[in-house]
Amino acid sequence: MTESLRSVSIHVPVLARVEGEGALDLRIDNGVIAELRLRIFEPPRFFEKFLEGHHYSEIPDMVARICGICPVAYQVTAAQALEKLFGVELDPWARAMRRVFYCGEWIQSHSLHIHLLAAPDFFGCSSAIELARIAPEEVRRGLRIQALGNELMDLFGARSVHPVGIRIGGFHAAPALSRIQAMRDKLRAALPEAEALVRWAARIQLPPDDQAFISVALRHPTDYAIEAGAIAASDGLLIEAESYDDHFAERHETHSTALFSTYHQQPYLVGPLARLNLNRDRLPEGIKALLAETGFTLPSRNIFHSLLARAVEILLALQEALRLLDHYTMPESPWVPVIPRAGVATGCTEAPRGLLWHRYEMDDDGRVVSARIVPPTSQNQGRIEEDLRLSLLNFGLDQPDEALRLHCEKVIRNYDPCISCATHFLRMRVERT
Amino acid sequence: MNVASANPSKPRVAVHKFSSCDGCQLAFLNLGEDLLTLADRVDLVHFAEAGPLDPDTEVDVAFVEGSVYTPEDRERIQHIRRHSRLLIAIGACAVSGGIQALRNSADGGDWVAQIYAHPEAIDSLEHSTPIAQHVKVDFELWGCPVSGPQMLVVVNSLLLGVTPYDNADKVCTECKRRNLTCIMVSRGVACMGPVTRAGCGALCPSLGRDCYGCYGPAAHANTDALAARFTHQGLAPQAIMRRFQSINSQAPVFLAAADKLRKRND
Repeated sequence: MTESLRSVSIHVPVLARVEGEGALDLRIDNGVIAELRLRIFEPPRFFEKFLEGHHYSEIPDMVARICGICPVAYQVTAAQALEKLFGVELDPWARAMRRVFYCGEWIQSHSLHIHLLAAPDFFGCSSAIELARIAPEEVRRGLRIQALGNELMDLFGARSVHPVGIRIGGFHAAPALSRIQAMRDKLRAALPEAEALVRWAARIQLPPDDQAFISVALRHPTDYAIEAGAIAASDGLLIEAESYDDHFAERHETHSTALFSTYHQQPYLVGPLARLNLNRDRLPEGIKALLAETGFTLPSRNIFHSLLARAVEILLALQEALRLLDHYTMPESPWVPVIPRAGVATGCTEAPRGLLWHRYEMDDDGRVVSARIVPPTSQNQGRIEEDLRLSLLNFGLDQPDEALRLHCEKVIRNYDPCISCATHFLRMRVERT
Repeated sequence: MNVASANPSKPRVAVHKFSSCDGCQLAFLNLGEDLLTLADRVDLVHFAEAGPLDPDTEVDVAFVEGSVYTPEDRERIQHIRRHSRLLIAIGACAVSGGIQALRNSADGGDWVAQIYAHPEAIDSLEHSTPIAQHVKVDFELWGCPVSGPQMLVVVNSLLLGVTPYDNADKVCTECKRRNLTCIMVSRGVACMGPVTRAGCGALCPSLGRDCYGCYGPAAHANTDALAARFTHQGLAPQAIMRRFQSINSQAPVFLAAADKLRKRND
């Protein structure tokens, strides 16, 4: 699969360990970056189009299929948007369990990313299976935490990939008390493991990096925002999901099938590090103390802290799930009835990879007239390119191609891009003149 | 389908991805510590999301997730077939074209123009098609998504030199085994279980909700009778059609059922 280029053409096979198909084109002219493009060529699957005409009750099952790794994010965001439009007030039980369910996804997705995708880079390994040979306990611990996240999702959704538990108005069913009790024991037992994970992640030697970027994340009046909140930016913006289009725009670049998002014409960061940067004051005291102890100071301008940020959020999600399940009682009904009405439904939550925004125009019968979905990876796309430019300059353009490629891969993996669809090849072309 | 005898050392296994949500590969990545056991028993030579990359090497078994949706996909699946002794399609996208095949019955070109400012730069085929439409497939595992236990049964069968069991029976049989009261009979829920392939373990009915057919059509599915039952329950013709036009819309049995309803409505 060699690609012929004008001058020096190097085909470096493949960025593994990302979720999706991307490529990086890098051209260096006389020691200056002349071109740097992250190309995403996943074939579009047109979700927004085929949602049209479907009934609101079918939306959670359909949008889940956008991503096998974060289906809950899609389901909860759609439900939140539609419930707002339909004027549905969720039962406090359902509201709390939505957050617990979402915590399960954070735990699963973050642990998968840390151990299977990102960490091997920092130990000179090409996979978690290789890493398990030199750090068996740490990898096993990670896989156990990931499995627990999956189990928490199972509890409410019967399975963790495309779970079937959510309905507009609440959940289809409430788990029995005995299952919740068993889950509480497991969550409690996992807390020291997650703490150890944070300490381990904090000890990983990171490349130094210092970049100015805008962080964007949800912000909640009291909680660490996950399934609800207003959209905040590190320059002080605080808006409701409905005003998203006044500040953010999407554009199509020909080299990518994912749209690029900008905030006031600039790239911006979403995801775990952006969340910690904006919501560090919402962390429980215990976690703040642990961070102080490990020397992780926030806000951080080093994107390599993303792995540690995920570890911190795993601990947070475990604590939150435990807290919310602590006084669990069976609800009278797991859902409230819904009466559809026409209008525009807008919703926003924090998917594991960052802000996820949905907008649905609905008709009187509760059917979709039009849909728009802005996933985290398209929001991070511009920032990834900007980051690559800066960090490559930092790293030194005279480095050998192989070292350049590895560094680029590491940078890209910080964002945990979820390009779900098609192959997982990052074909990097380096041209030098 | 004997991998074990063909290769006395570890069988070489590849996991390939086509157009999909990544969810079926998670059947491997979500195995927890069993993933390390699996890595001991087989030689994972290509599995991009997990790290190993070698798409060109000869393998004993290739698991293929996703549907064929780009011109490049068409070439790639041929290449994979040539280099794999056994090819196993996993999940709805790979066996029926998946949810993205809903585009097959619509004007896809127009859709591109509505979403992208530069439609000419989008390189996708008009139809999302299953793997078996392009190459010989040795075994198909249905489900959206396939589950970890389902995958392990297949892997272990192959390791033991046994043809994997193909359960094409209906979800109803799983409800009976789980002792779940039929939600259709007892509560009038429009459940797709009577025509849907088993394999999930009747997850939706266990939560008191309708099966929505994500495992595709079962063998001998009587879609006419089910559609008549839905009508009797008061579902509008459009709503009944949508029941068949979802995750596995291009599976021939569901496609035929939807077409029949459409013709009747016209």
